[in-house]
Amino acid sequence: MQDNSEKKNVSRQFKSEVKNLNFFYGGFNALKNIDMVLHDKKITALIGPSGCGKSTFLRCFNRMHDLYPGNRYDGEIILYPDDVNILASNVDPIEVRMRISMVFQKPNPFPKSIYENVAYGLRVRGIKQRAILDERVEVALRNSALWDEVKDRLHHLAFNLSGGQQQRLCIARALATDPEILLFDEPTSALDPIATASIEELITDLKSKVTILIVTHNMQQAARVSDYTAYMYLGELIEFNVTDTIFIKPKNKQTEDYITGRFG
Amino acid sequence: MKSVNNLEEIRRIISLHKRWDLLFMIIGIFALMIAVLTFMALFAHMLIDGMPRLSWDFFTSFPSRRPESAGIFSAWVGTTLVMLVTAFAAVPLGIGSGVYLEEYAPRNLLTEIIEINVTNLAGVPSIIYGLLALGLFVYQFGFGQSILAAGLALALLILPVVIVATREAIRSIPVTIREGAYALGATKWQTVSDHLLPYSSAGILTGIIIGLARAIGETAPIITIGALTFIAFLPPSPIKNEFPYVSIEWLTAPFTVMPIQMFNWVSRPEEAFQLNAAAAGLVLVVMTLAMNGLAIYLRYRMRKNIKW
Repeated sequence: MQDNSEKKNVSRQFKSEVKNLNFFYGGFNALKNIDMVLHDKKITALIGPSGCGKSTFLRCFNRMHDLYPGNRYDGEIILYPDDVNILASNVDPIEVRMRISMVFQKPNPFPKSIYENVAYGLRVRGIKQRAILDERVEVALRNSALWDEVKDRLHHLAFNLSGGQQQRLCIARALATDPEILLFDEPTSALDPIATASIEELITDLKSKVTILIVTHNMQQAARVSDYTAYMYLGELIEFNVTDTIFIKPKNKQTEDYITGRFG
Repeated sequence: MKSVNNLEEIRRIISLHKRWDLLFMIIGIFALMIAVLTFMALFAHMLIDGMPRLSWDFFTSFPSRRPESAGIFSAWVGTTLVMLVTAFAAVPLGIGSGVYLEEYAPRNLLTEIIEINVTNLAGVPSIIYGLLALGLFVYQFGFGQSILAAGLALALLILPVVIVATREAIRSIPVTIREGAYALGATKWQTVSDHLLPYSSAGILTGIIIGLARAIGETAPIITIGALTFIAFLPPSPIKNEFPYVSIEWLTAPFTVMPIQMFNWVSRPEEAFQLNAAAAGLVLVVMTLAMNGLAIYLRYRMRKNIKW
């Protein structure tokens, strides 16, 4: 009884829990013994110098590494509330990707219309009814603050949008399927400062709807948008805490050196 | 010691180095002209010889012993039908193999051996394909010296071209687009059919047309399987008046094609037949150029909406 209620408590707090995760590119141990949690409906940022494994870690959450041969996971990423280890070999990576969406570093809209871009995740799920598609596309575009800009040209090519709009379109595409976790892999690194500000604002707004994990090379961005921050270095999780603590009073000397710009 | 930053000295060195630019440009233009002028001279020669023979009658007459009434009716019909068979066979096989190798095949030694073989097949002399087709299609499968056997022989010949074009076209799609599709939960087949094939269709189509343009002029394999050089009738029509309205009888019909008709005329001693050969050559060159032009146009049209 006690055990059960404790579990429920955990599931309410955490969306996901990473347990002793190791990841290997062939023989290279790219992630080492990572333990971390994702708080439900919060933004968690991954920071660290280039090559520290933050993107590699992010791409474990939607089993992106399964697309390439020679990659191996070890350990667990538990998804709550249903307590399933998404890295288990009997879990289909496609099922994982249907539950956890991703936004990439460079805007990567398909060479299709704005509408078809957003609707694609729904079509993959076999949704064909026009009314449902129309509604979901509109909601996703509204949630990604793009609706007013594109509502009159939904059937125009997505390539005609500006870089910032394309990235918001990619966010809409990822949102359309109501994901449980939204992964962002340096979503603003290809954008100008104004577009970056609008994406950051959008990410902050999305927190009420979805749990977010964001990789960023920009420390100010992590400080601005995230609730929790993890500092990684050479495949290890050096420090994980509330963002304010990480930036104001880091416990680890290495984290402090990176945050203060002495290193990185 | 003299300063290296002396302005006079710098200018002298630049003009000395620029002489090499000039020299290479002259060599380059000269090399290019050899290729272009040779082709233009050939084409002009054929144009002068063959142009007077080109008329409606030339296209609608069968070969004849009298050069002035001989035409290329059976040849161009034969070529068209053979190309049809070639396209029908090579396109699905080539695209299928290309997609499999690029998206599905496991990365291992066997795949690597297959890949190397496919690439090398493109360099196998065409007469070897003719011998293969003679043994396999004509005798083993009993297709005879028919349009079907010829079309399949040429399909084998251009298969590596289509496979390589398919793979190159798919590979030129940025990895982020592919990952974007997978990240939304698409299966391999959904990624291939919804994204990779549509986005690479321009490249694949170009490969197909270039392949067919090569096949249209092939003579050796067709001669090897035994195309007739003198055909004064057409294959049976594919469309019938009674049920089931379509017929595949033409597939097994004997045939001739443009290059063979040309070859036949060139080997005649009479001067007038040489003019016929030039005229047929002109038609063949125009057919090939038109196909290449179509490939360029389609590539331009279909890539207009894709920017990466």
